[in-house]
Amino acid sequence: MVTLAIACTRCLDSAGNSIGVLPPLAADREAVVGLYRAMLRTRVFDHKAVALQRTGRLGTYASCLGQEAVAVGIASAMQQQDVLLPSFREHGAQLLRRVPPEALYQYWGGDERGSAAIVEHGDYPNCLPIGSQAPHAAGVALAFKLSRQPRVAVCVFGDGASSKGDVYEAMNMAGVWRLPVLFVITNNQWAISLPVARQTAADTLAQKALAAGFEGEQVDGNDVLAMHVAVSAALAHARAGGGPRCLEALTYRMADHTTSDDAHRYRSEQSLEEPRQRDPLLRLERFLRSRFGFTEQERDKLEAELREEIDAAAAHYLSLPEEPASAMFDHLYARLPEPYRAQRTAAAEESADD
Amino acid sequence: MTEHTLLSAVNLACARALAEDSRVLIMGEDVGVNGGVFRATEGLYARFGAERVIDTPLCEAGLAGLAVGLASQGYRPVLEIQFMGFIYPALDQLVNHAARLRTRTRGKLTCPLVVRTPHGGGVHSPEHHSESTEAMLAHVPGLRVVIPSSPRRAYGLLLAAIRDPDPVVFLEPTRLYRSTREALDDDGEALPLDRAFVLREGADLTLVSWGACLREAEQASAALAERGVSVELIDVATLKPLDERTLVASVLKTGRCVIAHEAARSCGVGAEIAALLADEALLALRAPVQRVTGYDTIIPLAKLEHHYLPTTARILAACERALASD
Repeated sequence: MVTLAIACTRCLDSAGNSIGVLPPLAADREAVVGLYRAMLRTRVFDHKAVALQRTGRLGTYASCLGQEAVAVGIASAMQQQDVLLPSFREHGAQLLRRVPPEALYQYWGGDERGSAAIVEHGDYPNCLPIGSQAPHAAGVALAFKLSRQPRVAVCVFGDGASSKGDVYEAMNMAGVWRLPVLFVITNNQWAISLPVARQTAADTLAQKALAAGFEGEQVDGNDVLAMHVAVSAALAHARAGGGPRCLEALTYRMADHTTSDDAHRYRSEQSLEEPRQRDPLLRLERFLRSRFGFTEQERDKLEAELREEIDAAAAHYLSLPEEPASAMFDHLYARLPEPYRAQRTAAAEESADD
Repeated sequence: MTEHTLLSAVNLACARALAEDSRVLIMGEDVGVNGGVFRATEGLYARFGAERVIDTPLCEAGLAGLAVGLASQGYRPVLEIQFMGFIYPALDQLVNHAARLRTRTRGKLTCPLVVRTPHGGGVHSPEHHSESTEAMLAHVPGLRVVIPSSPRRAYGLLLAAIRDPDPVVFLEPTRLYRSTREALDDDGEALPLDRAFVLREGADLTLVSWGACLREAEQASAALAERGVSVELIDVATLKPLDERTLVASVLKTGRCVIAHEAARSCGVGAEIAALLADEALLALRAPVQRVTGYDTIIPLAKLEHHYLPTTARILAACERALASD
């Protein structure tokens, strides 16, 4: 039986004070520092990506600034055998799920080998046609169910995607077949220029799950502990055969939609002040200080280490040789059909003339 | 050997594939208990059960995406879309995902799925039930598009499509579903997915067609044969990739080509074949390539559709034009 009330999971307020039931993990200094580290690593990665783009060394890039807790919270609760089906702003989850930062730079730099690396350990590539990965998640989950594997598909998309038919169709199938899938709606309040109030008349996005016959809940997406708690519960539920769930992670897109966007056209700088107070890293840092005596020096040391790692990853990315032109043919089919072989040869010869 | 219709040949191939490979799943709207709206999957649910023959909710886009998810996890989904007019919501998934998953992951994730759908008019169906928009699909790199025109070819090509490691759209000419019978051995032999079939060998003119339109093309070939004109009749069968070699070799031999298809003319697969011949066989042509096609109109409903579909007379007239010039 699905209840019609929408719950919201919160653990910490913006000042880092406990306001809900803390998970056992919150008592473990090392584990909490681990979550902080993963978020900081994501932020350092993100800053570097924007810097690379601004200096012409990366293509259009979608910053995840302010949303680090959503992605890290998701990935921290997943098992490696679970499958992530991201949209395109889940860098933090990918980084925590063994995708090397240089592979993400490679993808955003316009090289398909980046996607190959993203899927290396079983996850799915980024998905730019909005929400169209949601049915894939249902298919992946159906595969797990048919093959009796205790794995869960985790599909992440945004508030804009929640308006799409693909998402509802996926949720509906997941509900009918009680599939082991978790839909996470990253409600960052903006679909490029459209605020969520003009995206839907629904009070919450989580309630869209109710029409598909399963539970939807909200969670404070800037509270990594709350994300961890809510995602862990949903995954355990799915793994035990309880079927799908939907989580609406409430967060805020602090950056432009992508590096090709200029958010000043549709929102004021002033409007960012309040969301800035709810920064997910600041919040956990405050919690770490008050609970575990985490020091500024520890933080700075961590940041220096991460900068070094990310700078090396960026340098590695920049040093990678391009694929040959013929690569565009080489994985088109398992075996390139005969009529296209002459085109492959021509492309190779043309590029040799460059 | 048993006599089969094209429809029962499809059923036979599905059953064979289900029996020989546990990864194969039949899925779609009404394909299970009901056996499909045309009964193409009749009996499979009873024989293979609800986990192999899956009745789905009504959502073509979602189903195509579901099939992408299943296929990329190692299953071999065979998805039925009830009519070609209902395939369009699935195009996003076919074009953006199924066709390019292998390329964009450099072969790490692949998409061995089959989408089966009835194709074409001539059976007095309601609106949106008579479409032949194969060219839209044949334009998409990474897809294969196949259309059989006989029970034997339906059996062999569908088996090949299901076994193929890449996404295949399998178009089934509705008009031929029950209209022809052919003796067929359920031997599991697949047919190649990149070869046209030369149905008649000839020296004077190459007549190229596919799907249900081949029936009229065959009648035209027979009529010409009676008058001593030797027609080489080719069933293209695999619209993507095109068997360019067979088509070009035939026209180099005959010097004349008529292409007949039911789909609208502009940007149809016939235009692609004509362009191919211009590239590869122009100097051998003794007459302009003729196309006999559906008009560039919406296919009409039942009352007018016989005016739209290429007739034997129209094909014969085009052959006459090709034969008249020297």
